[in-house]
Amino acid sequence: MDIYREEILDHYKNPRNFGPTSLKASRGERVFKARETNASCGDVMEMAVVLKGGRLSAIKFEGEGCAVSMAAASMLTEKVKGKKVAEAEKMTDDEMIGLLKIEVGPTRRKCATLGLVCLRKALP
Amino acid sequence: MLDVNKIKKDFPILSRKVNGKRLVYLDNAATSQKPKAVIEAEVEFYRRHNANVHRGLHSLSEAATVIYEEARKTVAGFIGGEADELVFVRNATEGLNLVAWAWAAASLKRGDEILTSVIEHHSNLIPWQRLSRAKGLKLVVAGVAENGVLDMADFANKLTRKTKLVAIGHMSNTTGAINPVAKIVKMAKRVRARVAVDAAQSVPHLKVNFKDLGVDFLAFSGHKMLGPMGIGGVLIKKERQEEMEPFLTGGGMISEVWPQRATWAAGVEKFEAGTPNVAGAVGLAAAVEYLTKLGMARVYEHEKKMVAYALKRLGEIEGLRVIGPKTTESRGGVISFVMEGVHAHDIAQVLSSEGVAVRSGHHCTMPLHKRLKLAATTRASFYIYNDKKDVDALIDGLKKVKNVFT
Ligand SMILES: Cc1ncc(COP(=O)(O)O)c(C=O)c1O
Repeated sequence: MDIYREEILDHYKNPRNFGPTSLKASRGERVFKARETNASCGDVMEMAVVLKGGRLSAIKFEGEGCAVSMAAASMLTEKVKGKKVAEAEKMTDDEMIGLLKIEVGPTRRKCATLGLVCLRKALP
Repeated sequence: MLDVNKIKKDFPILSRKVNGKRLVYLDNAATSQKPKAVIEAEVEFYRRHNANVHRGLHSLSEAATVIYEEARKTVAGFIGGEADELVFVRNATEGLNLVAWAWAAASLKRGDEILTSVIEHHSNLIPWQRLSRAKGLKLVVAGVAENGVLDMADFANKLTRKTKLVAIGHMSNTTGAINPVAKIVKMAKRVRARVAVDAAQSVPHLKVNFKDLGVDFLAFSGHKMLGPMGIGGVLIKKERQEEMEPFLTGGGMISEVWPQRATWAAGVEKFEAGTPNVAGAVGLAAAVEYLTKLGMARVYEHEKKMVAYALKRLGEIEGLRVIGPKTTESRGGVISFVMEGVHAHDIAQVLSSEGVAVRSGHHCTMPLHKRLKLAATTRASFYIYNDKKDVDALIDGLKKVKNVFT
């Protein structure tokens, strides 16, 4: 059961940066939000990022989905938090899947990249 | 009683391994596996008889035409219809679209109503949505009762003199519930509404008789009933055929053609434009012969036993909830369920690693899932080659799911 290795299950059960996406912008900050669904699974995800000085100073996501989509989004938020916008924007689907370190079949690719798609949509 | 061990041997795919495990195929509502007899019938057509039909008078073409028309007779007879009532199409979806565009578009007028239900497969919903928008018809949708079956009171309320067509599924591909089609026909007749039945799930699993049911249209897919993919049919009453326009147009469906106009062939040929799937029809006829030998009453009884056993064993899994009827009454071999705290896709993925094939998602019934407030469910569906050991494998797999996720 490689796909459900410990790290994935850990992120699924205790997702990082998970919680209300109603972030407020302070001085010098801007908040961007997006919502993405995966209709074929019924997955929904919302992501909010706070940008400050060209960096993702904060990121939150919430939603419902399978272990792969939730764990992937959680790992993604850890990866991009604090990074420059340009860096986050550069991230490819394959890099996202690479983070998971599992084999992702064609039907699960959409799950694995749901968070990334949502993030791209959120970034200005 | 079906001799399942013997039946299993007829299906080459069942002897293969999946992820190193025995294949336990429980996705029969999506498509069934094919017995050797069907695979060989299709191959045999291409090996020995391949020629186009209705076109040539060379021996092969004539033989192919005879074979194709024999297949039509065999398949129609299996469902209690006449050969001249059966139009071969690719699948149930195409059959329902044919009814929408060749009959309803020609017969219904602005303001007329089509009554369907929230339980329907998208194939028996979206054609009506599109047609209604194009023709100014009203699509009325009956609801679902507590236990996942059609809400008959709501249905009766919504069936009025304005209803010109009732489009209803015979058996749900999500809950397995079987609708009382004979009763629905009686009710529809009182308001002079026509009835189209999506029989994609019923024809493979129970004795269906087109004539006795008294419906106007009945669509089904060959691939769900041991037949090849790409062949199915829609049975259409003669009186309705007379009211119909063609569906697709081109070769094979004409009587005479001039540069600016054409007249249509008589009978079902009018609805079969282009070269048909002859090999598929031959394969489907072989499937029908296979099922006939087993006997549809026994097929149904077998699946009923499987459902009874599966329902009992699913009850052992804490936090698992079955969607739809919890008994074997008026239902077929389809069980959908949810498990607390585990997404349907994760269930299916763990099961797959154990060789168990189930479906996860919305099973093309999004409106039903929305109504039941479910994003996705997991579905196990049975057929003639499944036995208790397969159910046991499912249960063992689900216990493994629990271990992984709790
Ligand atoms: C109830 C029902 N209707 C229609 C269909 C559509 O069948 P097909 O995809 O073969 O056209 C299916 C199967 O997917 C079904 O289960």
